[in-house]
Amino acid sequence: MYAFRYQTASSAADAASRLAAHEDAKLLAGGQTMIASMKLRLASPSDLIDLAGAADLRGITVDARGVTLGAMSRHAEVARSAEVQKALPVLAKLAGGIGDRMVRNMGTMGGSVANNDPAADYPAAVLGLNATVTTTTRSIAADDFFLGMYETALQPGEIITSISFPIPKRAAYMKFKNPASRYAMVGVLVAQLADGSVRVAVTGAGPVVFRVAAMEKALEASFTPAAVASIKVPADGLNADIHAQADYRAHLITVMAKRAVEAALA
Amino acid sequence: MTVKVSMTVNGKPAAAEVEERTLLVTFIRESLRLTGTHVGCDTAQCGACTIHVNGQAMKSCNMLAMQAEGKSITTIEGIAAADGTLHPMQEAFRQNHGLQCGFCTPGMVMSAIDMLNHYPDPDEATIRAELDGNLCRCTGYHNIVKSIQAAAKTMR
Ligand SMILES: Cc1cc2nc3c(=O)[nH]c(=O)nc-3n(C[C@H](O)[C@H](O)[C@H](O)COP(=O)(O)OP(=O)(O)OC[C@H]3O[C@@H](n4cnc5c(N)ncnc54)[C@H](O)[C@@H]3O)c2cc1C
Ligand code: FES
Ligand code: FES
Repeated sequence: MYAFRYQTASSAADAASRLAAHEDAKLLAGGQTMIASMKLRLASPSDLIDLAGAADLRGITVDARGVTLGAMSRHAEVARSAEVQKALPVLAKLAGGIGDRMVRNMGTMGGSVANNDPAADYPAAVLGLNATVTTTTRSIAADDFFLGMYETALQPGEIITSISFPIPKRAAYMKFKNPASRYAMVGVLVAQLADGSVRVAVTGAGPVVFRVAAMEKALEASFTPAAVASIKVPADGLNADIHAQADYRAHLITVMAKRAVEAALA
Repeated sequence: MTVKVSMTVNGKPAAAEVEERTLLVTFIRESLRLTGTHVGCDTAQCGACTIHVNGQAMKSCNMLAMQAEGKSITTIEGIAAADGTLHPMQEAFRQNHGLQCGFCTPGMVMSAIDMLNHYPDPDEATIRAELDGNLCRCTGYHNIVKSIQAAAKTMR
């Protein structure tokens, strides 16, 4: 790891001004991706600004409209929150399935969403539940947030402060784990939103999380596992690596979508 | 550049002048000479470096010493009683042959204690799922699961 200056931020605004002061400064949230990238010298920030002490980036609020999580919510906190378990069980379960218990004690929602790993779980929740990402400068709709592999709508110096998830009528997330890394080989979140519209968000299969319009339409007509059972997503452009070929991932999307609908109805 | 880092380790204050890029595990092993915390992979996969930070299990190879500034750390050296009586989890691993070479064991024990804090009476499937972050190359896990089940009985 290259040398850097370690700084602590006392609030989101403090972090933003520290970030603005050094061109090559980077944020540190749970560090579960950042520290590894620095060890591999894939990242070499001049300054590392630790968000752990920023109280305004923490906290979980649940009201009639939805669940709002501070960016620094640890995966384990979300998984264990009785309020989230009650209001939005799909999210508690998704957070509880990330990595392993030590990773969940450190890793944060904001770090995961900002990082936008193609196999990460949270992007499926943000896109599938039609969440809104709030930053130090604006609010960004889920559909506008995830742009490409590790690429988001965040501008340099912009910090995620919280994410708000509206409460759906029903929703479930099904993940086919890579047995070694626990990341999603394919993860599908299916949600029937309060207005009756349906979202199907797929992570792990492509370079970035995406929606499957054909499945959404079929489920809006009939919210049953059978409605998606014969809908195939083309393998072109899907990820192919040592873990799985593109056509296998394409196949898994249909299987996981079907199981997610079953789970959402259960 | 060096900075002063200070924290409580196994109940006692510990401090050192370290480079900012120093990992917590390096501080524990090299500054404090507490070599019971192991480094198996150095890539956050194996869990041999698991310690507790403010009572929660974390991988000390995947965090900076500065991230633990002011916190309370427990390592494998800190869990036995003052008179040397083993922690019930250590005793359960001993009684149930939960280790062979012992390399993964400090991490297994620290992770398992954290697990029981949240699942006081876990079934086998829960234990196996919650041990996702700890790899063992010797035992085949069977006796580790048995050890944790036994410890759950005595610790409840
Ligand atoms: C062994 C292991 C297994 C894992 N398994 C999974 C898995 O199954 N599923 C999964 O989804 N993830 C998994 N992860 C990743 C984990 O969830 C990470 O916690 C996550 O990717 C990054 O979150 P973090 O809080 O650790 O962020 P960091 O590593 O600290 O930061 C990641 C990036 O986000 C930026 N950033 C952080 N916070 C903000 C913010 N508020 N605003 C703007 N930018 C910010 C940082 O500057 C950095 O570039 C795994 C990690 C490990 C080590
Ligand atoms: S040495 Fe930390 S997880 Fe392997
Ligand atoms: S006992 Fe040898 S690695 Fe677990």
